[in-house]
Amino acid sequence: MKQIFSIYRYNPDVDNKPYMKDYELEIPEGSDMMVLDALTLLKQKDPTLSFRRSCREGVCGSDGMNINGKNGLGCITPLSAVAAKKIVLRPLPGLPVIRDLVIDMTQFYNQYEKIRPYLINDGKNPPAREHLQSIEEREKLDGLYECILCACCSSSCPSFWWNPDKFIGPAGLLHAYRFLIDSRDTATEERLEDLQDAYSVFRCHGIMNCVDVCPKGLNPTKAIGHIKSMLLTRAV
Amino acid sequence: MVNNAATVGRSGVHDYVLVRASAIILALYTFYLTGFFVTTSDVTFEIWQAFFGNFATKVFTILALISLLVHAWIGVWQVLSDYIKPALLRGGLQFIFSVLLLVYLAAGLLTVWGV
Repeated sequence: MKQIFSIYRYNPDVDNKPYMKDYELEIPEGSDMMVLDALTLLKQKDPTLSFRRSCREGVCGSDGMNINGKNGLGCITPLSAVAAKKIVLRPLPGLPVIRDLVIDMTQFYNQYEKIRPYLINDGKNPPAREHLQSIEEREKLDGLYECILCACCSSSCPSFWWNPDKFIGPAGLLHAYRFLIDSRDTATEERLEDLQDAYSVFRCHGIMNCVDVCPKGLNPTKAIGHIKSMLLTRAV
Repeated sequence: MVNNAATVGRSGVHDYVLVRASAIILALYTFYLTGFFVTTSDVTFEIWQAFFGNFATKVFTILALISLLVHAWIGVWQVLSDYIKPALLRGGLQFIFSVLLLVYLAAGLLTVWGV
């Protein structure tokens, strides 16, 4: 079976502007493979084709890309799930393209850095040996800590496209809530203070693109809703 | 954190509460007006004038006009800050929309007051 791919190509050293290039790949009848495997085979034909990949099993988050209009990880998206005569692959939208499917994630990481993604503890009541959590306290982190920072969510969010320098974005906010809700973190008030402006959190209008595309099945919109509730409770 | 200068001094929490509170008032006012039209078979000038001459209608209308100002002020600012990136153009448009909203409020107040 012949599978056609249309892939976004842009090498700023050579090309004046980006263009779409068609490729054909012969896939044995009755077999399937991941989009990343297909890209790897295509790269053997055309070594100039550039994309990121590392773990090839949905853990590292390197190969986030736009697959037929929807963001996802190439390594865990089977061709059969895309089920199109022509599979269109583009870089994640909204972020600057370095080359082909490789994007510059600086803005994304800058927002992640803003939320201080680490436990802050004032050490006023240090435990004898270690900070223990009850089962209930630990359960609150489920659905939050699994984020792999692939940027599929933030780069599918119009609010992040329009204000990538001010809006934290769904990935960063999911992590922000992960630390806000952590029983071992004592900087809740400072964290909320940093998020109360009109951009950082409140640019989320709940359109849920992030939930739709998250390859790990997480729900950033729900986490953002919790942050908004915490900010409102604190204000009234 | 984003500096509040970018939002003309308002915080996101204020905007969030004000937009929703004003939306509730506007929705209630819509129901109020709809109720008037549903329960009045023949809307003549005299009935229309008497309706707006009613003290409760006047207060509710003024409240709705103020809510519209607040709701549109924040909403227009959000839309402009999303889609218009040149600062001068954005500031200019924000100024024009803000003046128009204030004119709308003033005109509405004078009209209702005159009934």
